[in-house]
Amino acid sequence: MTPTELAVADAASRARPSEDRVVNDFSIQVATVNGSGSQTANLVLIRSLFQMGIPVSGKNLFPSNIAGLPTWYTIRASKDGYLARKKEIDFLVAMNAETAREDVLTLEPGAAVVYDEPLKLNLLRSDLTFYPVPFDKLVAQVCPDAKLRRLVRNMIYDGVLAKILGIDTTEMDKALNRQLGKKGRAFGLNQAALAAGYEFAEKHLPKQDPFLVERMRETAGMILIEGNAAAALGCMMAGVTVVTWYPITPSSSLCETLISYMKKYRIDKDTGKATFAIVQAEDEIAALGMAIGAGWAGARAMTSTAGPGISLMSEFAGLGYYAEVPAVIFDVQRVGPSTGLPTRTAQGDMLMTAVLSHGDTKQIMIIPSSVEECYTMAMDAFDLAEQLQTPVFVMTDLDLGMNTWMSQPFEYPTRPLNRGKLLTPETLARIGQWGRYLDVDGDGIPYRSIPGDGMPAYFTRGSGHNAKGQYTERADDYVTNMDRLARKFETARQYVPKPEVQRDPAAGIGIIGYGTSHWAIEESQDQMRDENGLKTSYFRLRAYPFTDELTAFIDQHDRIYVVDQNRDAQVVALLRMELDPARIAKLRSVRHYNGLPIDARSISDEILAQEGHEVVSRSRRPAPSGDETAGVGGE
Amino acid sequence: MSTVTPTPGRKVNRIGLEQQQYRGGKTTLCAGCGHNSISERVTEAFYEMGVHPSNVIKLSGIGCSSKSPAYFLGGSHGFNAVHGRMPSVGTGALLANRKLIAIGVSGDGDTGAIGIGQFVHLMRRNLPIIYIIEDNGCYGLTKGQFSPTADLGSKLKTGVVNDLPPIDTCALAIELGATFVARSFSGDKKQLLSLLKAALSHRGTVMLDVISPCVTFNDHEGSTKSYAYAKDHDDPLEEVSFVPFFEDINVDYEPGTTQEVVMHDGSKLYLKKLDESYDPTDKIAALRVLQEAQRRGEFATGVIYIEPDRDDFLELLNLVDEPLAMLPLEKVRPPREALEEVMESLR
Repeated sequence: MTPTELAVADAASRARPSEDRVVNDFSIQVATVNGSGSQTANLVLIRSLFQMGIPVSGKNLFPSNIAGLPTWYTIRASKDGYLARKKEIDFLVAMNAETAREDVLTLEPGAAVVYDEPLKLNLLRSDLTFYPVPFDKLVAQVCPDAKLRRLVRNMIYDGVLAKILGIDTTEMDKALNRQLGKKGRAFGLNQAALAAGYEFAEKHLPKQDPFLVERMRETAGMILIEGNAAAALGCMMAGVTVVTWYPITPSSSLCETLISYMKKYRIDKDTGKATFAIVQAEDEIAALGMAIGAGWAGARAMTSTAGPGISLMSEFAGLGYYAEVPAVIFDVQRVGPSTGLPTRTAQGDMLMTAVLSHGDTKQIMIIPSSVEECYTMAMDAFDLAEQLQTPVFVMTDLDLGMNTWMSQPFEYPTRPLNRGKLLTPETLARIGQWGRYLDVDGDGIPYRSIPGDGMPAYFTRGSGHNAKGQYTERADDYVTNMDRLARKFETARQYVPKPEVQRDPAAGIGIIGYGTSHWAIEESQDQMRDENGLKTSYFRLRAYPFTDELTAFIDQHDRIYVVDQNRDAQVVALLRMELDPARIAKLRSVRHYNGLPIDARSISDEILAQEGHEVVSRSRRPAPSGDETAGVGGE
Repeated sequence: MSTVTPTPGRKVNRIGLEQQQYRGGKTTLCAGCGHNSISERVTEAFYEMGVHPSNVIKLSGIGCSSKSPAYFLGGSHGFNAVHGRMPSVGTGALLANRKLIAIGVSGDGDTGAIGIGQFVHLMRRNLPIIYIIEDNGCYGLTKGQFSPTADLGSKLKTGVVNDLPPIDTCALAIELGATFVARSFSGDKKQLLSLLKAALSHRGTVMLDVISPCVTFNDHEGSTKSYAYAKDHDDPLEEVSFVPFFEDINVDYEPGTTQEVVMHDGSKLYLKKLDESYDPTDKIAALRVLQEAQRRGEFATGVIYIEPDRDDFLELLNLVDEPLAMLPLEKVRPPREALEEVMESLR
């Protein structure tokens, strides 16, 4: 038997009793073809649940393609508020003939399937609930224009799901109105499709599965947003003035959203002119070059990119470090090496970025976990870049950047901009003699003048320079300068965002995580506590260089599990660079690198296995395109 | 800010500064290097035009040429960037502060090889910058390898013959959209000075390719970038004279002999034609003249192409007048209501 046949045979014996009621705690996966207009239907679906007060998260697993390849959208409703990806799919909407068979064969027993009737998926398994829907027939009835049918066809499954799951249709209409706005005709057609799906289900599809939604009050006042849009808002509020970028998935939507916000909110009212410049550069090298040029000339400048762009930016990143020029770089990480999987998520650039560029280079990284932190850390990044006079990398990822997250609304910043140590006539009078790279205050951070500010000029160079910025190849000048840069990096530890530590005094083991792993780690902690009685503490890393809290946390625990979404345990490697051997010996690794957002079960299973617990794998479901147990493990 | 107070009776320019205040550090290039003459002309041009050094930024890439900004305008901020990437740094700096006057110095390798990508896009954007290529056809700092502007058949000191055709940076610049394209020779003081002064009156990209012989690695017989070769094959298109807007001088000329170009700031450029049919505002003619000179084994110098009125890159961006770098918080942070409006749209 093939693995799938085995799965089917095995699954049949474990069918879930249908009398269960599973309320507000399941995942829906919609399998469609890229370019088929399913995005509106999926957003209407997630938004309806959100409007009903149910905690939701939405994850788009999409191909690097314009149209024609398979794509999956996963929505998780979680009464407990878990926002990480759920490994198991409970409710499948199978719209893609190409993947339907595998999509169905890999479901957990007891799952439900809405499918396009001609695909005859009900013949594949007997341990699932099947709901056949004649999509073509229904769409023909509501949409006489054959050319538009493709665009409204997907809305029918929303109507079907509304009936089967108990989603309030007035919320669906409201969500649809929000998505399509005042496009009268499109709204009408889609609303008719919704109604057609609902009516069909009402007449022909009696409820047989346990999954239901009920109103909650958990999302009142909250927002739904993608991390890239949140970061864009943060940049705008941080007073960014120069944005230079080159399109690359998954970062493009950051600058594109920023463009739309800036055009709306950053045009000077009196003159109608822009208080910003946004330039699409010829490549990532030029994008960072422009940001460095602008930062040198005193602007708050930024770019955004992903792994391949970071590789190209390496040379300028080193110049920024050595010549001490502020710039903010968003790295929305995706799967590498090389082109890798451009539309899948990873935390694969951590190690490279920490030391990006040749020579003894050390870069500042700050690491948001939530859309709210994408917003606040954007502001932190600009302040830090100017305070420390160096490039600052904001390390987000595709999961955070491009997926839909719910959040408390963002708060208006009350803090003024921190422009760092700019040379002024007063400063000059106080310090007496100025040199661009002279460490007046002992913290490694010198004072800088900017062109056109009327203060003394200096010559900026990536070649060896002394405290006055003059060219030098002298051994003592070089060492003095490099040691000062190291001192500045030490100073940075006090300024970067502090970790968030949740310590359970009864816990012998601690978890260190960062970025989007946060959501799966918190859920995993609950799983291990509730299912295995294993208590854990949690240290959420928010920046590199590491801060003083790190060693204390390690000392408080016997073993430390570091969760990385990359193959090579990159943050473990960074920790090893700083820690002494006794602390290094405590480090264990949990890795997840199959391109899918990390889930709690994978973390729990790995920690439990390493802790010597017996792990009963609850899920054997392969990933949409392969075996999900691949790319998960310890070290 | 310049620190020297002019001594009474000493010669000063229209803003009261002495030429001394436009000088830079002592050159570390070889004695006789063409680049040093160019630095001297830059010093004179900025002095004579009365540009305040604190309003100027000097940019460069990597190589012998790119060292030269340290040798003029010591009172200006300078940025010696990475190899071939000066255009992006310059672009960013001007986005940050549109009031700055930018002069970039590159070399033939820095532009034609590693930097060709950024060069192409700089020209295309018509960024207001004076971009000088100190063109000696070879890599000096790494001891004399050919660069992409070396002519076909030109010989290295070691006897190696170049078997690839050269990139004509002027033709490329014209093709790509630069609005002031000129070629000169470091040994032609008068022409180079006039061109530099005219460049300071232009809004948009000035691409100035200056043949600047490398005395150490490329000044021998068989080289087409040697002093001797340059002197023999310099083919001026016109006699260039420049009258800045602040000087009240009338130039008389016989109709048909001289082309008068009114620059962006009102200065006037007089081009006394040596070839009567040549019109430097005609793009196609400009490209033809470059091709024809090359076929003769000569290089055409002077203003090859000029388009004084086109909007530069910064105009296209519709920026506020004040430098972006100096905008106060209230101009760059939208009010609370703006954030609330966005939040409401996401609920």
